[in-house]
Amino acid sequence: MSIADSSVQPDLSPVLSAGGQAADASAPGLSPWELAVRRLKRNKAALIFGALFFVLVALALAAPLWAQVADTTPARNHLSDTIVVDGKPEQVVTFDGVPISPTWGKKFFLGADSNGRDVAVRLLYGARNSLFIGITAALITTFIAVALGMLAGYFRGWTDAFISRGLDIAWAFPPTLLGVALGVSFALGGLKVGPLEISGDSLWIPTLIIGAIGVVYLARPIRGQVLSLREKEFVEAARAQGASPLRIMFGELLPNVASTILVFFPLLVANAILTEAALSFLGAGVQPPAPSWGTMLSDGVVLLSTAPHLTIVPGLMLVLTVLSLNVFGDGVRDALDPRAKVRLERP
Amino acid sequence: MGRFVVRRVVGMVVVMFAVSVLTFLIFNVIPNGDPADRMAGKNSTPVQIAAIEKEWGFNEPLYSQYATTMEKVFSGDLVSYANQTNVIEEIKRGLPRTFSLAIGAALLWFAMGTALGLYTAIRAGRFSDTLVTVLALAGVSMPVFWLGALASYYLGFKLGLFPNGGYAEVGEAGLWEWVKHMILPWCVLATLFIGVYSRVLRSNVLDTINDDYVRTARAKGLSERRVMIHHVLRNSLIPIVTLWGLDFGMVLGGGAILTETVFDLQGVGQYFAESVGQLDVPPVLAVTLFGAFFIVLLNTLVDIVYAALDPRIRLS
Repeated sequence: MSIADSSVQPDLSPVLSAGGQAADASAPGLSPWELAVRRLKRNKAALIFGALFFVLVALALAAPLWAQVADTTPARNHLSDTIVVDGKPEQVVTFDGVPISPTWGKKFFLGADSNGRDVAVRLLYGARNSLFIGITAALITTFIAVALGMLAGYFRGWTDAFISRGLDIAWAFPPTLLGVALGVSFALGGLKVGPLEISGDSLWIPTLIIGAIGVVYLARPIRGQVLSLREKEFVEAARAQGASPLRIMFGELLPNVASTILVFFPLLVANAILTEAALSFLGAGVQPPAPSWGTMLSDGVVLLSTAPHLTIVPGLMLVLTVLSLNVFGDGVRDALDPRAKVRLERP
Repeated sequence: MGRFVVRRVVGMVVVMFAVSVLTFLIFNVIPNGDPADRMAGKNSTPVQIAAIEKEWGFNEPLYSQYATTMEKVFSGDLVSYANQTNVIEEIKRGLPRTFSLAIGAALLWFAMGTALGLYTAIRAGRFSDTLVTVLALAGVSMPVFWLGALASYYLGFKLGLFPNGGYAEVGEAGLWEWVKHMILPWCVLATLFIGVYSRVLRSNVLDTINDDYVRTARAKGLSERRVMIHHVLRNSLIPIVTLWGLDFGMVLGGGAILTETVFDLQGVGQYFAESVGQLDVPPVLAVTLFGAFFIVLLNTLVDIVYAALDPRIRLS
């Protein structure tokens, strides 16, 4: 991975047959999906953390509302302002450059940063950016990995050889090193591919990099699964009926790998958010002044001794978000795959 | 078996070659400014830039630049663009630091992951299982530099329990100083992995605990402890060992950039982080190759060990 000093997982060619019908034989007449939902409902920890994630998303969406309450924007600095706390006037940033700690009032609810910006407002707007990167990168990873895995697994032969060797090479790249190197170069030079032009400070640069890094970790399990699925009778039946490869892939194979994708998706989002933070910390992710949890943390860590809230607040927010995704994702995996054939991966 | 090993080793060399070509291309094609431009400085004349281009061979075709660069990597003459230091020497200097971090942390996360995985599997479904699982996942959910910065500041600086970052050579400062400097980095890096390992082990144990041979072992009257350790755990550990080999390879190759940076260990990963900020291509290329080497090496070793254990793998 994680990027970021993270764990790689081997391809154990996991095979998941439509949610593991063998278990829960006590409930006849229920589809594998219904069984999975039933199992997930029993997992209280997963449900609580899943709900927590939606609360955090709602908070991120409500960012402009809080900005109105606090009467500021994520980028506006209040360096020379004075505000009244408990009836006493206090400077937002003292002459020594120490920002105000949390006031728990409307203005500077979670304190200010060294530029006199409202941490609570930046935290919520940062949540938007971090979640955008997390979810979009996970979608990109899923899309490319499923496409590659299906092509390689279905057509086999040269297609498979080409894609698999490519994945072998991609697997050999140290993910952290590659992510940081690409992040820094693109942040300085921007990205130009044909008519597409992305400026160096765009959110799309870390998003695309994080999305691309994850591909290898998902494409291999999908390929392994498609390889075994394509030998099943229902695929043979579809082929005998004259279904085109495209139709077999979308109509027959995709629904059967859906549970694997569902298991991986929350974990991919969690990882992407962590990777964003890691890249931003090394200057290879979101570029200032745009707020994200990663940039807020990397600004905060250097001021740990004078203004610990700058490190603790965005850090806790990030840990809560990623933890909620991890616990929920863990529950989804337990529900869809009680025999634990699919291994979670941490790119 | 011999043929399998040869095939894997040849594959390893091919992958390494591809990685080196790709890395070289990535950094020469990306629009990150001309190295000669940057080396000449802000107020340079075209003549100076041309002289630097000629001296460093930047105007030669890409393939011959690649060949010279790789030749320098193997002869140990590779020199940084940014400060003209010898890249291979710098990597050698960082090596013991990175290895100290990687080996200690890898042993720690393996031991802790196994212990917690076994514990949660035995207590599966109870409150203690949920609690330990959530705690283990919390470790996985933290940005390592955040945890590292907090630990280093509060435990190291404020409480004075540990040194505030840096590395101590065993030969110069003694074994105890070395351990004192490494404890926090080991724990922080291991925290990231323990959750993953305990989760994987837990599901493996739950998978095998109902197998027939386990029932046979119990029926023979073996103690529960012996059944768990000699029958269940031994089989459940195989996938964990694979996983461990791959993660270990990544961390050995400088993959723990953030841990090294936040504790200022000055290892290979930190060297990379500093070089990449200056777009210094030679160290970036060399460290990437260094990292890829360990990943591919451990991958190959894991495959070979696997094939030795399970003859069916050799055929596929």
